[in-house]
Amino acid sequence: MAQVALRNIVKMYDKTPAVQGIDLDIADREFIVLVGPSGCGKSTTLRMIAGLEEASSGEIFIGDRMVNDVPPKDRDIAMVFQNYALYPHMTVYENMSFGLRLKKFPKQEIKDRVQNAAQILDITDLLDRRPKQLSGGQRQRVAMGRAIVRNPKVFLFDEPLSNLDAKLRVQMRTEIKKVHQKVTTTTVYVTHDQVEAMTLADRVVVMNFGRIEQIGPPNELYHHPKTRFVAGFIGSPAMNFMPARVVNGGNNLSVRLSDKLSLPVPENRMARYKPYVDKEVVFGLRPEDLIEGRSELPPGSAAFEVQLDVVEPMGMETMVYFAVDGVEVCGRVNPAAAKGAGEKMKLVADLNHMHLIDPATDQVL
Amino acid sequence: MATVTTTAEIGGGTRRAVRYGSISHGRKKALYWSYFFLSLFVIFFLTPPLYMFITSLKSSAEIGAVTNPWWVYHPTLDNYVSLLTSEQFLTFFKNSVVVSICVVSVTMVIAVLAAFSLARMGFWGSATLATGVFLTYLVPDTLLFIPLFKIFAWVHETTGIELINHWWVLIVLYPTLTVPFCTWIMIGYFASIPKELDEAALIDGASYFQVLTRIFIPVALPGIIAATIFCFTVSWANFLYPLAFTTSADQLVLPVGIVTTLIKGDVFNWGQIMTGALLGAAPPLIIYAFLMDYYISGLTAGATKG
Repeated sequence: MAQVALRNIVKMYDKTPAVQGIDLDIADREFIVLVGPSGCGKSTTLRMIAGLEEASSGEIFIGDRMVNDVPPKDRDIAMVFQNYALYPHMTVYENMSFGLRLKKFPKQEIKDRVQNAAQILDITDLLDRRPKQLSGGQRQRVAMGRAIVRNPKVFLFDEPLSNLDAKLRVQMRTEIKKVHQKVTTTTVYVTHDQVEAMTLADRVVVMNFGRIEQIGPPNELYHHPKTRFVAGFIGSPAMNFMPARVVNGGNNLSVRLSDKLSLPVPENRMARYKPYVDKEVVFGLRPEDLIEGRSELPPGSAAFEVQLDVVEPMGMETMVYFAVDGVEVCGRVNPAAAKGAGEKMKLVADLNHMHLIDPATDQVL
Repeated sequence: MATVTTTAEIGGGTRRAVRYGSISHGRKKALYWSYFFLSLFVIFFLTPPLYMFITSLKSSAEIGAVTNPWWVYHPTLDNYVSLLTSEQFLTFFKNSVVVSICVVSVTMVIAVLAAFSLARMGFWGSATLATGVFLTYLVPDTLLFIPLFKIFAWVHETTGIELINHWWVLIVLYPTLTVPFCTWIMIGYFASIPKELDEAALIDGASYFQVLTRIFIPVALPGIIAATIFCFTVSWANFLYPLAFTTSADQLVLPVGIVTTLIKGDVFNWGQIMTGALLGAAPPLIIYAFLMDYYISGLTAGATKG
């Protein structure tokens, strides 16, 4: 049980910065997910917490102790790797007990701890097998078991599900969440998959180019992104972005997307957007806020007609793609209401969930 | 429907025997050639030992007689008996065994430690050093024995220790041949072990030395066995260094001993020479036969990752 704190952590490889000044406070028992595209520095950050990489500058705390100069084995952490990193010449039992045996724990305690972890992960039957004889999901469980038996202060997960197929990934995701609910150890989890980040995390840390873009609970990131990057990265399909201009129409504001299409700004947002009248902005709206036209229009919504370019039925919903001034836009409509490609369709935009972004700073206004 | 009728017409008209298994046909052809060349290869390489074996069963008189050299008319084990009861031959054998075992032990300790540090510790200059190790292997040993004589003379002058004409000096000499190659094989093998494995062990609480002994050596066992076999073969069969550095009959190892003591002037004791060569070749042969699978997997792992 411990909190983890990073203070202005920088990592340089020769002269290339991988991590550029990260500040992060992780509470005891919290499940934190670092998410971002490849090369954003999330794995490097995790490896610095583990002690597998040295920070170029800054301070790392685990519990109350600064651990910059503490070797990995004395940091009291456990790590689960993407390729599981099970010792191929040892049985599952030996793999899980390896750390305890090195620390010269009494035999009986090792046995109890391994049994206990095996029960949590439902791998009691596999203890005598070797990693070669296990499936991907089973190997992943063993890797987690090896972490659990150590009863460390912090769990570190480095893209643990990336090697699994899609179905198993979803299953193991739930499994990891269950394990965390049982074991409640402070956890730092790295992934590039925003769905994993959203489903697992107490708080998500979105990283890009070695910096933290935003930290917050999943729903906050989803509904109130602070930057264009977060708005575009979280959510699937991604948020639509269109160049726009804020126009003052007397006692109401509107967002002008093209010569033919202007959308009224809801009343409660007017004060917020007033300073940006006549300025170029980027208009952002999620596909799920762009739905089929209905008979009555909810407040803060606007209806308009578009010509569909591509229609993608997904079963429970249908994605429709159309162009606004050459920019492709995606809407998410009820399959029953969807029209075919090339046809005209009436759509409704829920502007209560709109975002305006300053193109110069990429900050959400 | 239209397509169905078309195929039916073709089927009814110009029917041609459809051949299946084109892959197995091609495979058969390739196999014929493989067998052909393998047979050539086997004949080429197995004829000399076979001839040695045939000759070793003959008496000197029969070897000298004008008969079919590929047939034994009066088989005898005299050559084997006389060699295996000869004090001298047993000394050669003992020297060879002791030298080889010591060289293998020394080499493997140095090579495994060197390869681990060069492949994994990632210290400054490790990549250059690894290349350097391999380059030393490329220097032909024929070029080395004159400088080695110089060094031995210098050692004798400064310390008074005589290194020439002692069988144990081979224990110092052979590692100059075996260590670079074995280190190089082991670097390749260690490099093929995923980095996460040592990281996991380090986090689990292992020291670097424990990572080596508890993880790397067991995982890289095929590679280690391959390197051991190579090392044993080199130290068992080397001819040049013992020929150059040892002269007294009681200091000789098997390959040199057989040639120098069984050829007296211009008299070649062919029966015993062939017997001695066969007996000398037996230990490596037995070791290969037992460890062949390991040897192959060890070499290929080094090859693809080096």
